[in-house]
Amino acid sequence: MTAPPPLLATEELTMRFGGVVAVDRVSVSIAEGELRCLIGPNGAGKSTFFRCLTGQYRPTSGRVLWRGRDVTGFDPFRMARLGIGIKTQVPALFDGLPVVEGVRLAARRLHGERESRRLADAALDRLGIAHLADRPAGLLAHGQRQLAELATVVAPGPDLVILDEPTAGMGAEETARTAGLIRELNRDHAVVVVEHDMQFIRAIARTVTVFHQGRVLVQDSADRVLTDPRVRDVYLGRAAA
Amino acid sequence: MDLALAVGLQVLTGVAMLVIVSLGLAVVFGMMRVINLAHGEFMMLGAFAAVLASGAGLSLWVAMLVVAPVAVGLFGLVVERLLIRRLYGRMVDTMLATWGLSLALVGGMTMLVGNSVSGVSAPLGSVAIGGFRTSGYDLFLIGAAVALSLGVWAALRFTRWGLVARGTMQDAETASALGVAPDRVYAATFVAGAALSGLAGALLAPLSGVVPTMGAAYIARAFITVITGGAAILAGTLSASGLLGTVSTLGTFLSTPVLGEVAMLAVAIVLLRLLPRGITGRVFRRAL
Amino acid sequence: MTAAGRAALHIGAAAALAAAAVTVLPGALELFALINATVWAAMALLALSLAFAWGAGGILCFGQTAFFGLGGYAYAVAGINFGDGALAVPVALAVATLAAAALGWLMFYGRVGDVYMGVITLTVTLILFKFANSTAGEQWRIGAAPLGGFNGIPQTPPLNWPGEPDNALTPEQVFVFAVLCLFGCYAAVKLVLLTRFGRVAVAIKENELRAELLGYDVRAHRLGVFTIGGAMAGLAGVLFANCVFVSPTMFSLAYAGQVVIWVLVGGVGTFAGPMAACVALQALTAWAGTVPGFDPNLLLGGVLLLAVVAVPRGLLPTAQSLLVRLRPRPRRRGAEERPMAPAE
Repeated sequence: MTAPPPLLATEELTMRFGGVVAVDRVSVSIAEGELRCLIGPNGAGKSTFFRCLTGQYRPTSGRVLWRGRDVTGFDPFRMARLGIGIKTQVPALFDGLPVVEGVRLAARRLHGERESRRLADAALDRLGIAHLADRPAGLLAHGQRQLAELATVVAPGPDLVILDEPTAGMGAEETARTAGLIRELNRDHAVVVVEHDMQFIRAIARTVTVFHQGRVLVQDSADRVLTDPRVRDVYLGRAAA
Repeated sequence: MDLALAVGLQVLTGVAMLVIVSLGLAVVFGMMRVINLAHGEFMMLGAFAAVLASGAGLSLWVAMLVVAPVAVGLFGLVVERLLIRRLYGRMVDTMLATWGLSLALVGGMTMLVGNSVSGVSAPLGSVAIGGFRTSGYDLFLIGAAVALSLGVWAALRFTRWGLVARGTMQDAETASALGVAPDRVYAATFVAGAALSGLAGALLAPLSGVVPTMGAAYIARAFITVITGGAAILAGTLSASGLLGTVSTLGTFLSTPVLGEVAMLAVAIVLLRLLPRGITGRVFRRAL
Repeated sequence: MTAAGRAALHIGAAAALAAAAVTVLPGALELFALINATVWAAMALLALSLAFAWGAGGILCFGQTAFFGLGGYAYAVAGINFGDGALAVPVALAVATLAAAALGWLMFYGRVGDVYMGVITLTVTLILFKFANSTAGEQWRIGAAPLGGFNGIPQTPPLNWPGEPDNALTPEQVFVFAVLCLFGCYAAVKLVLLTRFGRVAVAIKENELRAELLGYDVRAHRLGVFTIGGAMAGLAGVLFANCVFVSPTMFSLAYAGQVVIWVLVGGVGTFAGPMAACVALQALTAWAGTVPGFDPNLLLGGVLLLAVVAVPRGLLPTAQSLLVRLRPRPRRRGAEERPMAPAE
């Protein structure tokens, strides 16, 4: 018997903008239930890669596979319908609507009204922001927005959650808390986190894929990646520049 | 043979008219990504400026080529200061404000000069080419369209404004993030656009009556041309004018001018379904 | 109060208002004033149609008059050909709806941006205006109906009771019908906003990307909202054709501008505001038209400029937030919550 295909995989995925190759023949695969970090310094191509996965960009060449099925070039809404929850770097919320309405609508596509209400309340509870349910999303503080968006993303119960820099703009303490939260989310969903913060990677401590100049530099356990001299060079080289 | 030449000249004139009518709008759109809905009224003001100046004894050429663009350019400066500047970054509001300005200008002008048609007669008489005669003024308009295009090209290519404009056309976000589009560049753009609109109105004044409501006759064509062309000021205007001018002239030739315009709209809308950011959003991306 | 409760309250208030209008006004107004009131009801419906497309769906349509005019023309042409106004109504609605659906499909499935959308819709109505103006002469007729060019179709048939072509509605009955249409559409859009479709449409207006990432097809929802708006504008055109007659003016730039002004002044995102603004501004321009030497366009342009620069949110929302600010408020719980670090 052959092994089941990975949950999400890319094959030789490439994205060019004019003459710039932002993502260069990247093949990555995410297993069912996995928690994977994609890291790399700014400009390594990880955000472009993220947008190819979510359907916001149509890759120049290569394929995206969902459970072995070719989903390359799907629009974002069709990617979402596969069972992928997507959290963008700058939280995307329905600013004029109460937080709970956005979370309910997230669940409402697949569930009835009563069930959506229940799922929304559960998601808000899980992220500890039940007290913000009726506040317009536009009035939330930055960290609260991150949590509200996470609640929106997980409420419908996706098979995979993709997060783009969930700790952007957070201090050390909040970063650690978010790392814990993401490990908690991983009990129910496979998770892909795109990050550049090394502290965060340390706190998550799972398989890490390192991007550099549009390619996969290393893919290994967090321990080994964090001590890998090539990774240090990439980051320090950037820092020194 | 003569028929082919005659039709060819008609098409060229049609294209030239579109270039003239659209260029002022395209300059503002390329830089600011808003459509100046008062474009037609700026043209109307240019036409009136030319009529008044030539009525006051100035040569028609000076009235059309100097007085009209300068007067409307100055008017554009005032509008930019008082109105557009307050709304930078609010694209929809900017468009709505220019619509308000458009209505107010029509109303105000009607109160000032009434609804009667004034005008100037077309200079240059007719010219014989081969076996048929054509209006010399049509030939002049073709030349004017070429000259205006060259002028805009030179401004884009050789001035500091042009450098900033090119950056903005290719990537508005990065350009503004780099802070290369300060208010003065926007102001200069709006004034230049207004002056071009005024010039266009004056150039077309001999062909149509000059009335406060005359702008409405041209704006549909100008809007279609600019959004079909996309953000590249010159390449967009020229490619869209070439395509749509041909369609509308041939449509006019086969039926009526209005159906020519309907055909032009139909082509433009279908084209936008295929290229939502206009011709230069997909091809000629690096063009001026 | 729940969203459904609020909607019920609003619909109830609108029902009371509509009932009062149909019982009191036909007796109280002179014939001319009553016909004028019918025109205003038709225009209020036009305002509502854009208030829905723009306010609830975030669709910047500058040419709502395209569907208004198409509805009117289709009604007149079908009515003349059938010899029966009642039969012409569904035809008119179908024409306006299909036109909106076709244009919407081209725009939303091409994913054109806001600015383009405004300009395209405006251009469509401008071209229809020119086209309608050019249809003078015998060769321009559809069946028995001459299109009439600049003059329009003066013999636009009146509405009649269904199945009784000879039994035309009186002006009083047309007024009642118009008010019922207006109320019905108001109630309908209020109810639509309670459905999943309506809630998603509003969510799309708030954040298109988020709605898309939740798996909702933004294009289909926009198309739905735009088509409903077009259908309502078409119905408004039918009502207008009944109390005036159809002519190219229905497509004109001045009308197109007015609809936008009503919605903007009344408040994008509300329904009552644009309808009230419509009636108030119609009264104002009607009065301004009687001032010798004054051109109403100046007034409309001035109002639009003022609305954009000084009251960008519109009168109703501004008034509402003023009221909220004036009302004494208990101290907010949760003020102790420490906001997390600001964005980079």
